[in-house]
Amino acid sequence: MIASAEAMTATTALLRVEGVSKRFGGLAALDDVSLEIRAGEIYGLIGPNGAGKTTLFNVITGLYAPEAGRVLLGADNLAGRKPNEVVARGIARTFQNIRLFANMSALENVMAGRHVRTHAGVVGAILRDGATRAEEAGIRARARELLDYVGIGAHGDVLAKHLSYGDQRRLEIARALATDPKLLALDEPAAGMNPSETGTLQELLTAIRRDGVTLLLIEHDVALVMGVCNRVGVLDYGKKIAEGLPAEVRSNPKVIEAYLGGALA
Amino acid sequence: MFARWEEIKKDRRAAWVAYILLAMLLAAAPFLIGAGLGRGWVRILDFTLLYVMLALGLNIVVGYAGLLDLGYIAFYAVGAYLYALLASPHFGLHLPFWALLPLGALVAGVFGVLLGAPTLRLRGDYLAIVTLGFGEIIRIFLNNLNAPVNITNGPQGVNFIDPISLGGFSFSQTHTLLGFSFPGIYTYYYLFLLLTLGIIFVSLRLQDSRIGRAWVAIREDEVAAEAMGIHTRNVKLLAFAMGASFGGISGGLFAGFQGFISPESFNLFESIIVLCMVVLGGMGNIAGVILGAVLLTTFPEALRYLGDLQRLLFNDVLVDPADLRMLVFGLALVLIMIFRPAGLIPSERRRREFGSEATVLKQEQASLYDSQR
Amino acid sequence: MDIFTQQIINGLVLGSIYALVALGYTMVYGILELINFAHGEVTMFGAMIALAVMGALLGTDLPGILIVLMGLAVAIPGCMALGFAIERVAYRPLRRAPRLAALITAIGVSIVLQNVAMLIWGKQYISFPPLLPVVRYEILGATITNLQILIIVLSCLLMAGLLWLVTRTKLGAAMRATAQAPDVAGLMGINANTIISITFILGAALAAVAGVMVAAYYGLAHYHMGFLLGLKAFTAAVLGGIGNIAGAMLGGLLLGIIESLGAGYIGDLSFGFLGSHYQDVFAFFVLILVLVFQPSGLLGERVAERA
Ligand SMILES: Nc1ncnc2c1ncn2[C@@H]1O[C@H](COP(=O)(O)OP(=O)(O)O)[C@@H](O)[C@H]1O
Ligand SMILES: [Mg+2]
Repeated sequence: MIASAEAMTATTALLRVEGVSKRFGGLAALDDVSLEIRAGEIYGLIGPNGAGKTTLFNVITGLYAPEAGRVLLGADNLAGRKPNEVVARGIARTFQNIRLFANMSALENVMAGRHVRTHAGVVGAILRDGATRAEEAGIRARARELLDYVGIGAHGDVLAKHLSYGDQRRLEIARALATDPKLLALDEPAAGMNPSETGTLQELLTAIRRDGVTLLLIEHDVALVMGVCNRVGVLDYGKKIAEGLPAEVRSNPKVIEAYLGGALA
Repeated sequence: MFARWEEIKKDRRAAWVAYILLAMLLAAAPFLIGAGLGRGWVRILDFTLLYVMLALGLNIVVGYAGLLDLGYIAFYAVGAYLYALLASPHFGLHLPFWALLPLGALVAGVFGVLLGAPTLRLRGDYLAIVTLGFGEIIRIFLNNLNAPVNITNGPQGVNFIDPISLGGFSFSQTHTLLGFSFPGIYTYYYLFLLLTLGIIFVSLRLQDSRIGRAWVAIREDEVAAEAMGIHTRNVKLLAFAMGASFGGISGGLFAGFQGFISPESFNLFESIIVLCMVVLGGMGNIAGVILGAVLLTTFPEALRYLGDLQRLLFNDVLVDPADLRMLVFGLALVLIMIFRPAGLIPSERRRREFGSEATVLKQEQASLYDSQR
Repeated sequence: MDIFTQQIINGLVLGSIYALVALGYTMVYGILELINFAHGEVTMFGAMIALAVMGALLGTDLPGILIVLMGLAVAIPGCMALGFAIERVAYRPLRRAPRLAALITAIGVSIVLQNVAMLIWGKQYISFPPLLPVVRYEILGATITNLQILIIVLSCLLMAGLLWLVTRTKLGAAMRATAQAPDVAGLMGINANTIISITFILGAALAAVAGVMVAAYYGLAHYHMGFLLGLKAFTAAVLGGIGNIAGAMLGGLLLGIIESLGAGYIGDLSFGFLGSHYQDVFAFFVLILVLVFQPSGLLGERVAERA
């Protein structure tokens, strides 16, 4: 399986970030960052706290408009587009500080994620015609399927806020997958997980990639990054300081310095 | 297996029996109330239904989408004035009811979008105060648009509004059927009941739909909703438009029923009373909102008996019961929010949200203040 | 008479009153992120209490100015107690509740206070007794009265005092710390509850003075006066940048001037279509325009929502 997935890792770029800069007041959170994510790969983004990783996510997913640069999905420049437009074009995300719909059930959370791929409006809702009923049944079925896929199928009726921390992170992934993304961006999905949960997460990530979704992964868990990523980029003080295969990046002196000989040494 | 099927069948049968009983009760209500409490109470019953419609409209905006609209009564005003201006001697126009009702819903809905649009990017509390401002602006204009061109007739309001009639059937007159006499307030009751049931049906259907889920998602976390592809602007505008159109329908009925309207019927306190109804019964829960509307419309009338009681006890009316009305409403808002924030009949979701377990949640403990929104 | 100068003077007087009330909104908002809808009603209570005291002393042969001062002397602590009680009873239990709940409570408190005032003092307008002899001065072709001067000067003194308190004292430092990071402030040994109570009390004291000023200026008080006054003061706070104390002062003065110039010239501006009875609409328009186009106000800082 892995071998075939490796073969699938084409060199065609799915997403190209070109010269993106983003400032907050006097602080350059991103400074001329460029990188390329290839279709079918798992791209890891690492860097010390405050390096600008989440900010880059926010730029890519439309939450922030960059001052300079382009975010190209194919020929389409996403920079400055609204988040919902970005999702419609095929990029979904999770949040570093979990942002589920806390008082909706797990199932409803995922169903809400189907919004962008479905169409029923007010008239359909009121008349509940055949097409609307079929669409609604489809939403429900797909949501159940995704809950099973991430391994929390048993908790469909539990309110999101009552799920365990690890399950909340999975639910965020399921909700994001519900939007049928080409690229799934995960912001520290293993944060707060114990080693066994992280192990299952790693399997899940591999499965998602195998099923044809490209992954962009911010992560602090070095073992996880080294274990699943095809390529890794390193941000420090808003600049990309290194990029390459996990092993290369790991031995890059600049990277080691950025981490002050800490995590990676 | 077999036993369960029996149970389900019994449940269904019980439900049907309950529905039929309820239908009979609703059908007989004006006669029961008229005989038991007097005709005056049938009129109150009619008003109760108008308020139920209003409250269900506001429930979409506040209860479902979580947008605190303090100027909601403006849409009631739009519906009422539209009806009054197009069906009264004021302009000499007398459009038929079947045209005015959908028109009122439509125009109020458009107003909902127009007033909603600029507020969309605002945080919850700013939204509240801006909608309050819009409500007051509309009232001030209704009050003053009598000069230099007389559009609204100013503070005097519009009088001699056409009573509601449909294809020659006038709701304001007494009709006789099968030996029963149906005075105007009775026939109005059946009309209002029908429309209320329609609005309940629409609310139920919306609640359980793709759009309803999007509303709740926005209420829960707007940023996350947007990041999941929900077009927050359109979906919020839809909530404003739907809520406003219910208000417009209710307003038109009010104008035709009452025969007279003036700007003072549409002041801020009316908005707050409707908000009270939604909050008291339970935001987001249709049964709760209906109960809230029923309780709060009948309550001031029941308060009147307090006057009689005072006369009995002290031989004098010391405190005019009408003056206690708003005081009690205000107290109700405070007490409910402190002691029973999910309302009398909370929706499952709201109950959990406001329930005690919410406060134990780690994230919410992290900060002294509501950090998410 | 120079109408423009006159409107500016009137605007400054109104504006300094708005500013005093706006401070109460802005201080509470800065610390709790709550619109204290009841603050306008606290102002109204200030006016009503003072008028009640003055009414009781009217028969005595105390000098007029002393009677007014005694009215103030009762109104200020009365409002402080009220402000304290409002926070304690209505807002504190809801501090961890969803924002919607606190907001609805605030509206409820405002209605309760208004109706309690109506039960105590009745529905009629209460007039401010003519205790202060009016002296008029001519300045730049316009008239200014001794009362107007007093209002402007006293407001400026109070605002300067508040600025000093917030920027120069330990209490002020604790208030600022609590506003910025309540948890951190807690760790540094600051009792957030005490600071919040003090904030309400300070705001209420300023509101009491403002209430008496309004009553003296218009010569009237009424149980309903707090609503519009509060809304305008809130607008002033938003205009200046909510949470920002200097902003509230600036916003108050600006709104006062906008309103009085607007009312003076609305006829010309609208080619005679709208008359001066639209005066109150200005505040709403300013509020809506600011919130929609510049929600951080003139002096507030813009903070992007973090994701
Ligand atoms: N909304 C914001 N406003 C101001 N500063 C921000 C905002 N978001 C992030 N920053 C700052 O930008 C820098 C990068 O932050 P972030 O992208 O969250 O880092 P990372 O995810 O790599 O830990 C940090 O210094 C952070 O404080
Ligand atoms: Mg981060």
